[in-house]
Amino acid sequence: MLKKISTIPFKDTAEQAAKLDAVIAECTPDVSKLMHVMQEAQGIYGYLPFEVQQKIADGMKVPLEKVYGVATFYAQFALSPKGQYAISVCLGTACYVKGAQEILDELSAQLGIGAEECTADGRFSLTACRCIGACGLAPVMTVNDDVYGKITAADVAGILAKYKD
Amino acid sequence: MEKMLNIKINNIPCSVPYGTKIIDAARMVGIEIPTLCYLKEMNEIGACRFCVVEVVGARSLVAACVFPIERDGTEIFTNSEKVRKSRRTTLELILSTHERKCLTCVRSGNCELQRLCKEYNVVEDDKYDGSKPVYELDYSAAHMVRDNNKCILCRRCVAACDNQGISVIGANARGIDTHIASPFELPLGSTSCISCGQCIVNCPVGAIYEKDDTEKVFSAISDPTKHVVVQAAPAVRATLGECFDMPIGTDVTGKMFAALRRLGFDKVFDTNFAADLTIMEEATELLDRVKNGGVLPMITSCSPGWIKYCEHYYPTELDHLSSCKSPMQMQGAIIKSYYAEKNGIDPKDIVSVAIMPCTAKKFECGRADEAGAGYPDIDYVLTTRELGRMIDAAGIKFAYLPDEDCDAPLGQGTGAAVIFGATGGVMEAALRTAAEVITGKSLDNPEFHDVRGMEGVKEAKYDLDGTEIKVAIASGTKNAKVLMDKVKDGTADYTFIEIMGCPGGCINGGGQPVQPASVRNTVDLKALRAKALYENDANRPQRKSHENEDVKTVYAEYLGEPNSHKAHELLHTSYVARPMFDR
Repeated sequence: MLKKISTIPFKDTAEQAAKLDAVIAECTPDVSKLMHVMQEAQGIYGYLPFEVQQKIADGMKVPLEKVYGVATFYAQFALSPKGQYAISVCLGTACYVKGAQEILDELSAQLGIGAEECTADGRFSLTACRCIGACGLAPVMTVNDDVYGKITAADVAGILAKYKD
Repeated sequence: MEKMLNIKINNIPCSVPYGTKIIDAARMVGIEIPTLCYLKEMNEIGACRFCVVEVVGARSLVAACVFPIERDGTEIFTNSEKVRKSRRTTLELILSTHERKCLTCVRSGNCELQRLCKEYNVVEDDKYDGSKPVYELDYSAAHMVRDNNKCILCRRCVAACDNQGISVIGANARGIDTHIASPFELPLGSTSCISCGQCIVNCPVGAIYEKDDTEKVFSAISDPTKHVVVQAAPAVRATLGECFDMPIGTDVTGKMFAALRRLGFDKVFDTNFAADLTIMEEATELLDRVKNGGVLPMITSCSPGWIKYCEHYYPTELDHLSSCKSPMQMQGAIIKSYYAEKNGIDPKDIVSVAIMPCTAKKFECGRADEAGAGYPDIDYVLTTRELGRMIDAAGIKFAYLPDEDCDAPLGQGTGAAVIFGATGGVMEAALRTAAEVITGKSLDNPEFHDVRGMEGVKEAKYDLDGTEIKVAIASGTKNAKVLMDKVKDGTADYTFIEIMGCPGGCINGGGQPVQPASVRNTVDLKALRAKALYENDANRPQRKSHENEDVKTVYAEYLGEPNSHKAHELLHTSYVARPMFDR
């Protein structure tokens, strides 16, 4: 699936920038550590926006296209930030047969975003994840650390309302 | 001594050095293994699986382009039933996602995929029916179009871009979504692409091609109110014959002028004139910089791909660039000023067309500060390929044309101008004039062999009656980087540097006829084409720019001196720092 590129403005803190600088400095000029640096960067920012990839490219002296090529090849790299409330819908086998796709579709419709995207206000992000091991509660979705099990599409509006304060 | 291995290819015994790739070993016994993704020393990735061959004892077919021979007694079959079947299946699978609009494709008849389909008897172009992504065409760059619907993902364009040190395209996403594009899917026109067109001449199919201006030029020619003037660059005469199946390196100067006249251009001029003019302006600028403590080293500005590269990648070093316009733009400016005035033609009625070996010229003619006479110096740039297509469309039998000369008064060119088309040529032309100006003596032999040849970076030192001149030459922007890093850190102790955007110079420009990988991998295309220019130079009565009578006349009648106020207005330009990515 093609990854959607976030249009949400990039926010950076001095602390985050310093962390990334340190990782780049530690790994440069060994370009074989590019993936490692990208993983660390995603750990720092939650995703890999243009500014972060550009910084990695400049720091490690590799073309930006090489960084972006890697970022779009591997599923683990995100081009959209995580929201204040990160929603995950389990699409593991048990949840899927119990209708998790309908829940994902309903969330997508209500939030106006697709999977692996973030709302423009930065409040919600949506992820379709693999089995989280709570098959007895299928279908399952999580909002940050809150777990909601045995839900239906009709429950989605109520759950979202709890986080719209 | 390297270890030799005795092997057999298709039962033919031969002896090859340890580690030889199968594809090279096969060539030694006269067998050309077909390829799609392989470009020698540029793209050796074994990705397309078209070059597969059978190695006796191997678990599966192997890719001949990357498989090294390491065992004595290796037996290889390059054309067995199993091999042919595999290659056919590869083609059928490629066709399953290829937009098969061959009739309207610019590469029809010159497409490597099309040729292989014919050779391998592919009879069903839709044997496999599967998911087929649809891509929007990218028209954002000034010079070219990218059509990913025709892309076969061989990555030759990516290798060509990397080979230039640009790398603004690559493979994005994965699986069926894999596509060649720029970072963050930016349109090519918003990147630091330098418009060199090396991706175009390396593409095996019709996925990348120049923006075609032939219809606009045909329309201008048909318009009785327009005075349509054409000029042809030095390097075009060394390659145009390839469009008509002539041997690589055939000098077709005379037939080229004859063809342009038969196409209906009102005047047929030669960019050689402006190349000589460029030397007069550039040499004067250089001597002025040397005498008056100007910024050195001074760097040539003829190659618009190089200029765009400098603007994106070395924006702090722009004052090293000569302020001279390229010969094409100079010729255009003189056409719409001197020529127009002399012949009583309103410059607004002139359509100025340039035949160029270059795609970056399509970008250059639209730059700011390239309208010396108040009108764009150049209205349309056509590549060598486009001219070839126009000649075909007009039914002109190129091979049977007589040799003709170009028109006066902007037609005369010296041997120094002709060699502008090969790396080191501008330097040699400048040296011929500088040597005579500085020493006041006539050169016995105008040839400077140290600056010739296809090496990426060259250096030479000359002592001209006590004046020491140290020069450097680079072709291909990856090689330019070597010199520019020195310029940037202040260690470039050269007086003058020549840089051409394309490897080998204009003879290998992105607007030149496309030669398939089978030729590129086995023939020294650049050297053969350059040879035609050096022979042309050697056979000219005049070989130094300052001996050009037409140029002398233009100075006497119109411009005054080189670098005069009028010359500056018409023949010089300015540069701008450009961002790497424009989001």
